[in-house]
Amino acid sequence: MSQTLSAMSLLCVPLAPLVGAAGAGVLGTQFGGNRAGRTFCHSLTILGVLIAFLLSAQTLYSVAYDGARFNQTVYTWMDVGGLKMEIGFLVDGLTAMMMCVVTFVSLMVHLYTVGYMEEDAGYNRFFAYISLFTFSMLMLVMSNNLLQLFFGWEAVGLVSYLLIGFWYNKPSAIFANMKAFLVNRVGDFGFILGIGLIVAFAGTLNYSEVFAKAPALAQLQFPGTEWLLVTVVCICLFVGAMGKSAQFPLHVWLPDSMEGPTPISALIHAATMVTAGIFMVARMSPLFELSDTALNFVLVVGSITALFMGFLGIIQNDIKRVVAYSTLSQLGYMTVALGASAYSVAVFHLMTHAFFKALLFLGAGSVIMGVHHNQDIRWMGGLRKYMPITWITSLVGSLALIGTPFFSGFYSKDSIIEVVATSHLPGAGFAHFAVLAGVFVTAFYSFRLYFLVFHGAERYDQNPEPHHDAHADDHGHAHGDDHGNAAADDHGHGHGHGDAHGAHAPLVPHESPWVVWVPLVLLAIPSLLIGLFTIEPMLYGEFFKDAIVVNAQAHPGMEELGSEFHGAASMALGAFTSTPFWLALAGVALAYYLYMVNTALPAKIQRALQPLHTLLENKYYLDWFNENVLARGARLLGTGLWQVGDLRLIDGAVVNGSWRLVGWIARSVRKLQTGYLYHYALVMILGVFLLLTHFVWLKFVWLK
Amino acid sequence: MTLTLGHFLSLGAMLFALSVVGIFLNRRNLIVLLMAIELMLLAVNTNFVAFSYFLHDMHGQIFVFFILTVAAAESAIGLAILVLLFRNKSSISVDELNTLKG
Repeated sequence: MSQTLSAMSLLCVPLAPLVGAAGAGVLGTQFGGNRAGRTFCHSLTILGVLIAFLLSAQTLYSVAYDGARFNQTVYTWMDVGGLKMEIGFLVDGLTAMMMCVVTFVSLMVHLYTVGYMEEDAGYNRFFAYISLFTFSMLMLVMSNNLLQLFFGWEAVGLVSYLLIGFWYNKPSAIFANMKAFLVNRVGDFGFILGIGLIVAFAGTLNYSEVFAKAPALAQLQFPGTEWLLVTVVCICLFVGAMGKSAQFPLHVWLPDSMEGPTPISALIHAATMVTAGIFMVARMSPLFELSDTALNFVLVVGSITALFMGFLGIIQNDIKRVVAYSTLSQLGYMTVALGASAYSVAVFHLMTHAFFKALLFLGAGSVIMGVHHNQDIRWMGGLRKYMPITWITSLVGSLALIGTPFFSGFYSKDSIIEVVATSHLPGAGFAHFAVLAGVFVTAFYSFRLYFLVFHGAERYDQNPEPHHDAHADDHGHAHGDDHGNAAADDHGHGHGHGDAHGAHAPLVPHESPWVVWVPLVLLAIPSLLIGLFTIEPMLYGEFFKDAIVVNAQAHPGMEELGSEFHGAASMALGAFTSTPFWLALAGVALAYYLYMVNTALPAKIQRALQPLHTLLENKYYLDWFNENVLARGARLLGTGLWQVGDLRLIDGAVVNGSWRLVGWIARSVRKLQTGYLYHYALVMILGVFLLLTHFVWLKFVWLK
Repeated sequence: MTLTLGHFLSLGAMLFALSVVGIFLNRRNLIVLLMAIELMLLAVNTNFVAFSYFLHDMHGQIFVFFILTVAAAESAIGLAILVLLFRNKSSISVDELNTLKG
């Protein structure tokens, strides 16, 4: 089966970053006595990820050109009553593509971090975490069974938690990482229920064995109900995807995760980890294909996310939050594609989005460095002449995001819009409207951000409170009030802030060092070109043929799209007359008018539509609802159980009650013990008398 | 008048009842208590001897020997305890001996 893929080289892919993480995490921090320096830590982790990337690229080459496949178990963890728990790799087109995306973006982020985290005391710890993340994500995508998928799933969640709270002295970061972790628990609960149902009814964790039993599973009903079993399984699995991929209403953690350092926002909260849910649904396509109800649910959730999260991006002023809401909206697009049974389109968008969104985030990070850790776009403007490379690469990223023809984002996004138009599911009408309107919204907020940051008047010196963002401040934080604990991770040359990043230097923006802009350029290239070259093999070719299963009779969308497809170039040329292109252009034009020509108008509109603005400002009151209804409700329930269940019932009735009962019985019985001999003798004689009577009576009866 | 088994058993029962009453009613003297116990054993012995005689079975009389021996040993130990008790408490009144309680 496998021609050029060996288990050993595949094993090296996740293990190389793990070695890097262990080396940097143990030797480079106080945990191992600060034995290793910064250069050692970043060289080791970058080398690990580089090895992983090269091996992934080789794997992708074998898979794409030689048709190599690999599906083998490399280690059996345990065998419980016939249920095998194993570690194994399944490599096909989907996995190979994900491996390359993950390792490439991770490599770029590693390089970028060398420049971005330069002044941070937790430098080595950061490298250990991102390498650990790369390992976990690779375990997730390379898995050939649900258990290992779940392991990777939880491990990336853990690293996400650690990295959101990377600056652990910052209360808002701690709040955000708790929130991310708790919201993900909700999703993971659904996910593990889904896995449990699969184990209960299919009796195996291995993908190929589960899929082989899928037709039999499709006949079953969920015990005690009329529902199809596959529908319940798929919805449970999708709840997991909703948590990890931040779909409405479990999206609330993603904007807050921007509290973490920018490189991990790019790597984890834009390019890779949040797409794990999309990947998982695509991987489970043989199951999802069996249930139109589940697909419809996926479609509707995705379209709500795609449209309504885009609206929130319009009013944000924090540069990273704008990009975060745009990520939410794009994840919604991918989910819509999944719901329309166009798994390959969703994965295609996942790939293009990974490149251009990582680019946008890293560009945002570069801007933040350039303007001395201010994140408020109202106090930027005109940066294009100070930061030319960041400007050009961010422009490429924004154009790719809004779907300009020939850019990578265009191919994936336009395919999604077209495939939704062909879907016959009940929610498809709404989904089509949502993705079309989303195009306009995306174009508007992307270019609002772009114009406010790179064009117009220079406002970087007008910030009324340059240190108002000591909390929102990105990485300058660590050399402020972080000396106490964070310095523990440091070993000697950490927190000297000798360059212009100090508070009192003249605030002239500057271009970032080469380690920061080289990744930007390297990411801009695929953002520009990858869609053009890969759309044909990925969507209409054989690349995903055994990874993704589509029931063409029930869901003919991809076939219809294929019959209309006549090459990537003609698709892009044809787009100039299509609705999405004009919607995007209208969005850009509106942004240009509002933020470049008539700059007083946005404030007027805001005043005129005050209630709407308040609604968006409060993020549809979902956070309020979560904090005041769900969290408070859960706390009330907990307090109730503690006060009544624990203190009264268990402590009061069971624990204290038993000793009280024994004491009470003992007190009563003690009165019988007088100490007088004749009382004891009386009792003894009475006892003997009773026993004798009893036995003699028995004997007497027996004799009769 | 011939002596029947019933006479002997009645005597034994009377002696036994007498000793039980002796144990309960006696509030003064521990020696009387010991004597009452001895009497109780003798009542049982009387029954054994009577049954042995009327049923022509020597086993009963062998039992009596054992019981007499054990009773003698028991009284000896009882009297020894009594002497020690008197040394400690200067009294052998049963009413004052109520420390055997929880």
